Amino acid sequence: MTDAQLDAIIDAMLPALGLHAQPAWRDAIRMNLAVTYRLGAAVMAFPLLDEAEPAPVFQA
Amino acid sequence: MTARATIEATLANIADKDRVLNAFTDVTAERALAQADAVDAGQVTGPLAGMPFAVKNLFDVKGLPTRAGSAINRDRPPAKRDAVLIERLEKAGAILVGALNMGEYAYDFTGENRHDGPSRNPHDTARMTGGSSGGSGGAVGGGLVPLALGSDTNGSIRVPSSLCGLFGLKPTFGRLPRTGSFPFVSSLDHLGPLARSVRDLALAYDAMQGHDPEDPFCATRPAEPTTPLLNQGIEGLRIARAGGYFRTMQMPEATAAVGHICAALGVTTDVEIPEAARARAAAYLITTAEGAALHLGRLRERPADFDPDVRDRLIAGTMVPAGMVIQAQKFRRWFQEAMVRLFETVDAIIAPATPCSAPLIGQKTFVLDGVELPVRPNMGIFTQPISFIGLPVVAVPVAGPMPIGVQIIAPAWREDIALRIARHLEATGAAMAQTPKDFP
Repeated sequence: MTDAQLDAIIDAMLPALGLHAQPAWRDAIRMNLAVTYRLGAAVMAFPLLDEAEPAPVFQA
Repeated sequence: MTARATIEATLANIADKDRVLNAFTDVTAERALAQADAVDAGQVTGPLAGMPFAVKNLFDVKGLPTRAGSAINRDRPPAKRDAVLIERLEKAGAILVGALNMGEYAYDFTGENRHDGPSRNPHDTARMTGGSSGGSGGAVGGGLVPLALGSDTNGSIRVPSSLCGLFGLKPTFGRLPRTGSFPFVSSLDHLGPLARSVRDLALAYDAMQGHDPEDPFCATRPAEPTTPLLNQGIEGLRIARAGGYFRTMQMPEATAAVGHICAALGVTTDVEIPEAARARAAAYLITTAEGAALHLGRLRERPADFDPDVRDRLIAGTMVPAGMVIQAQKFRRWFQEAMVRLFETVDAIIAPATPCSAPLIGQKTFVLDGVELPVRPNMGIFTQPISFIGLPVVAVPVAGPMPIGVQIIAPAWREDIALRIARHLEATGAAMAQTPKDFP
């Protein structure tokens, strides 16, 4: 993702989440978000069956 | 030697050496001396009678606010009860002497802390302890206590064990109750011990086993003592070295340490842990999303009171799409099932614990396979895929100018296998918790 795309996400999400970030924090947030989305893309690319169950379970 | 004499010597040692190591954030001298007197009076007996220990400051200690490495949590009321694992160790005769420095809210692999200062590596005080159980590594490595407790969400017991040259046990997920500890990522958080000998590690682990209904993730299976099995040796065990991903992204000392341990065990076979890089990526996603959800209120109300390195990661973590986290949890089951199949062919797997020995305090980046990467998230690249599916691991130390650890990975619920192998390596001298020259 480009910096502009990441900034657009940050600009949209901060107020939606009720968060306030100082301008000086922006570069670090963007860098961390870039890593997160890169790793997220790798996970999303893995083919799983529709029937795949998530790992956390509990018994009622 | 009486327990009181042991504790008085321990407290004096802490007062002297911790000015440099900065491992302790609280020293519970009065309570420790009272417990020592109870041991000396025969009111408390057990396999750990008189052994001093300390805990990462995310464990509840009665009378202290559970700070979890943060400034914000210091405003919490003092804990009314000790964490269950402290209760169990004290029931076995151990004596709590204090709480230990850690990375803020456990989101850290360095041992640095903006509020309390960095814990310092006893083998070279200019270097990191590793984190987030940094004070646990520094306190045991520096000889201040023989035993400490830490937590390990993605590697936070195994990384400081590696950098400080210690034996560390991350048990199977759900084995030890987390009741009375401040969480980070509930579906990944583990608690466990760090020690200078495998026997101390096993004794402490055995004393802490058992179901606790207050931790909904704690397994109901009965305790399975490991200490009686420690000296059974390695005959008959099928042990392999992790190949592929685990042979990349590391400095020569990490490769050499794994080679040294494999040679000592007679290991000549590699196995491929499937999709290890993706497992690390999925663990990263779950961690950042769950951790951010935990701290969202504090991020809204007191963002300036966080360590900036932690805050900015957590803010990014609030922006992970739900679909990514759900896919990561589904992939997690796929990976867990693949590892069950792999463990039908081997009994234990050897892998590096960290990509290098201790970096300098303040060092922000390192170069792995020609790529400059940030230190903070990447010290855990080899631990993270393993804790992702909760497998038990003993980190064993390999001596050198700076120590470095190697992971002994066992199938779920088979801590006994990893501890047996660690004990064999210790007995043959292949693994040892070397004494720091400046902290004899």
